[in-house]
Amino acid sequence: MKRSVEERNWLEQRNVIVCRCEDVTLEEIRRAIAQGATTLDELKRLLRVGMGPCQGRTCRELLARELAEHLGKPVAEIMPPTFRPPAKPVKLGLLSRMVENAPRGDEGSSLEGGESR
Amino acid sequence: MEYELVVVGGGPAGLSGALKAAQNGVRVAIVDRQEELGGQLVKQTHKFFGWSRRGAGIRGIEIGRRLRNAVLAQPHITVFTGTEALGYYPDNSLLIEGPSGVSRITGKTFLFATGAQERMILFPGNDLPGVYGAGAVQTLMNVYGVRPGRSVLMVGSGNIGLIVSYQLRQAGVAVRAIVEALPQIGGYAVHASKVRRLGIPILTRHSIKEAHGKECVEGATIWELDDKFRGIPGTEKDLDVDVICLATGLTPLGDLLWQAGVSMTYVPELGGFVPIYDENMETERPGIFVAGDAAGIEEASTAMLCGEIAGLAVAAKLGKIPRHRFEEERNVLARELAALRSGPLSSKVRTGYERIRALVQGRRGS
Repeated sequence: MKRSVEERNWLEQRNVIVCRCEDVTLEEIRRAIAQGATTLDELKRLLRVGMGPCQGRTCRELLARELAEHLGKPVAEIMPPTFRPPAKPVKLGLLSRMVENAPRGDEGSSLEGGESR
Repeated sequence: MEYELVVVGGGPAGLSGALKAAQNGVRVAIVDRQEELGGQLVKQTHKFFGWSRRGAGIRGIEIGRRLRNAVLAQPHITVFTGTEALGYYPDNSLLIEGPSGVSRITGKTFLFATGAQERMILFPGNDLPGVYGAGAVQTLMNVYGVRPGRSVLMVGSGNIGLIVSYQLRQAGVAVRAIVEALPQIGGYAVHASKVRRLGIPILTRHSIKEAHGKECVEGATIWELDDKFRGIPGTEKDLDVDVICLATGLTPLGDLLWQAGVSMTYVPELGGFVPIYDENMETERPGIFVAGDAAGIEEASTAMLCGEIAGLAVAAKLGKIPRHRFEEERNVLARELAALRSGPLSSKVRTGYERIRALVQGRRGS
């Protein structure tokens, strides 16, 4: 649903949360945009939006609309952030087991695929 | 373990694709995060429309049960339930996490039928317990037999909002109102009239202003919207509700497609970013197919048909069926699909698919 400027200002004042996983408010997002963030990847790195349990499935569109509004672009031109494995948060124990169980020379068993670390 | 086809998502599209491929001799693996196959069908207690051969008059749960039984009886299909696909890698492998831990499976081809995610909207109090997506309410009631609360405000009058409102009433939960930001009701008239006969008001040009409550939802304020979707001060109404149910639309779930480097494009009529794919449901990465809501938000009957087309195309690509037999059968399915999409209610998705067709043709021509 489209929101008017007045309404969005009102939402900002009311401390509305956009990223529920990381508790990031509209005000914080707008501040980051005002300070020069122009992409979803930048917002992610600055604020951790979209990095929680739902991996941005809830807030991604809302963030894109906010960016589009400020940049005067259609939402179609706001590219989503980079998608990397894992597609959902996993336990660290799982990652360490993968490394332990990886056969020698099978770098592919690490999460990064091609690279071994 | 290597399979000829790895299907990600065991909903109507994925199961139909897996079946069609397996029936033509393809060795298939299905990966699904839920314990039970069927996707959204497992909670759809309403009857389907359309054609009788395509499940019209049958409840969604029953369609899901039939697909599931057919899949489980099919010796060419290996099923990984309770298993999440974590990552797609360029060596055609998929990292999966299931009951027996983490492993990698590879596929000669892939069918991503990963479905959709629900849209969220912004309003003060939108993070209070008691604010649900419509899908969650349906799961609670129809799968687990749990009522989400005693009194509901439904936001959104598309088919999901209307159907869930009806089911809430069937479960003995009050629905105070359905608010719709647009000037007209989004869903089918048949669903809207059922809801209205129960006395549930559908308020168009209305939206939620805010949710109230300290620890959880204790009430909601709605208001009227003007032509520019601005709330009109002075039109506020307070509703005594403990549940706010958001049925504000779906958007395709394409995380793994992005990971796989499939070309994507933004098509508002199909719900957001969707993969670019041809008439065989194959994306621009050869061997990667899509079907169902992940390829564009639509409904289960068309999802099943698109899944079948994809499954058939996989069989042809792997040389399991001769080209002419594939084309014959594909054309029958394509005609059926076009007929299902021919009604006035499908004009939006038709526009969306035309955009994708035009993109594909433009690229072929260049």
